[in-house]
Amino acid sequence: MSLALRHELVGLGGVIERNIYLVKRYIWWDIAFFLWTVANTLTIVFIAKGIPAVGGKIDVQRVTTILLVGAVIWAYLGIIFEILTETVAWERWEGTIEYTFMAPLSRPVHLLGMGLFAIVYGVVRAVLLFGVVAAFFGLHLPNADYGAALVLLIVASISFIGIGMMTAVLPLISPEKGTQLGFVAQGLLLVVSGVYYPVSVLPTWMEWLAKISPATYALRGCRKAILEGAGVISLWAEIWPLLVIGAVSVPLGLWVFRTGERYAKKHGKLKRSG
Amino acid sequence: MRALEVHNLRKEFVRREGRSRRRVPALGGVSFVVERGECVAILGPNGSGKSTLVRLLSTLLLPDGGSATVFGHDAERETRAVRKLINRVSVEASFFKKMSAVENLSYAARFYGLRGSETREQIPEILTRVGFPEDRRAEPMENLSRGMQQKVALARALLTSPILLLLDEPTTGLDPRSKQEVQEFIREVRGEHDATVLLCTHDLAEAEGLADRVGILDGGSLLCLEPAAELKVRYGAETLEEAFFTASGHAFEKGEDGEKA
Repeated sequence: MSLALRHELVGLGGVIERNIYLVKRYIWWDIAFFLWTVANTLTIVFIAKGIPAVGGKIDVQRVTTILLVGAVIWAYLGIIFEILTETVAWERWEGTIEYTFMAPLSRPVHLLGMGLFAIVYGVVRAVLLFGVVAAFFGLHLPNADYGAALVLLIVASISFIGIGMMTAVLPLISPEKGTQLGFVAQGLLLVVSGVYYPVSVLPTWMEWLAKISPATYALRGCRKAILEGAGVISLWAEIWPLLVIGAVSVPLGLWVFRTGERYAKKHGKLKRSG
Repeated sequence: MRALEVHNLRKEFVRREGRSRRRVPALGGVSFVVERGECVAILGPNGSGKSTLVRLLSTLLLPDGGSATVFGHDAERETRAVRKLINRVSVEASFFKKMSAVENLSYAARFYGLRGSETREQIPEILTRVGFPEDRRAEPMENLSRGMQQKVALARALLTSPILLLLDEPTTGLDPRSKQEVQEFIREVRGEHDATVLLCTHDLAEAEGLADRVGILDGGSLLCLEPAAELKVRYGAETLEEAFFTASGHAFEKGEDGEKA
């Protein structure tokens, strides 16, 4: 292994190590946030129970699962975006941003480290969230192919990370409003992706946006895997668009971040708060 | 090879004033050279451009003109090479506050390619050397005094064995004892590590006590750079403060800000 590659791998490990320390130090905050997410998911999934109560006729089990998958993917995407946005925002708040950005760590490796940690952390939380809420509603899903759903989620994560890199740069360009703009981007992505409804109910122009959103394929694929037991091979129609979007969004995300970093260095914004 | 060559380095910032914007010069054509192993102090009041200079050399800012090379590497174009050679201690304790000293040093060392097997012994050793108590190594940084935090900042910088150490007001805000300990440690580092030191400070006694040469930076211009004794002779002054007054035409306390220094 070349010295340069070893250096980068050690640096990648450092990014993950730092995030593990932070999770350890903020564990009670993490637990509280998880409980909030569970409560939030329950309020959404209860809608399936509520429709028959007001006279609607639906397959409650099926709609419950559709809503649950939507809520879990919303939560997962939120984690990915939050962690990537923290690449800049949290470091600025703590005051470490200058030390991290002046370290001899390449930016792709830095962002990849944040992305890898986000995937592992997000998957653990998503699995726990799904398990807790499914158990609460006593969902019986004998045909579910959880392995295929997980594979799909991980493939989709490549695209989510690419998009997350683009939103991560926002706090660098605009220290005051950047983080909030990241939330706006996350919300828009989910609105057009059919988080709690089929994209066919959207206006035509939004349906076109749904076609380029990785969340559309992630939601559709996960629902097929869990409701119909679709395996990885039969999910190819969802997997290949995700691979294509990932192949475009990651280099684009890196380019956007680099351009934003250069702008910040030019205008003196690469610094701690205050 | 020279440790640092700065040639006509310029930086301006845009300041918003209501709806209009004004370009404020922070550094206006600064040139100087630092030889390997030398300790050079840049003396200047708040807003004189010291921090802008350090941030340009740390590759955190892009200059509007001129150049800076660190051991022959251009700070704008060869950032990776420069970053491997430098480290920095600034006035702020810049750490993840919930994390301990050991945790902060550990992940930071990885960014410089140091593996766990290398830092497992190095971190306790270096913390002992800076006088950081063993029983507080696992405590969150937020529980530590400013002096303690600054010792950890010194340890973080030294852990990566920089050959150019950038010190940006490292003792500002410290109590007299902590200040003295940090200054002693800077002397020790120079003696033992063959490190070149660029010390930006507004502490006149610190500049005189630690540096081989002292430069006066005022309003973004470097007015002079010579040994403190020669500086006093040149301006017919008994103290550095008097020399500053004669060189700049105003008292040392004056602060004018381009970007926050």
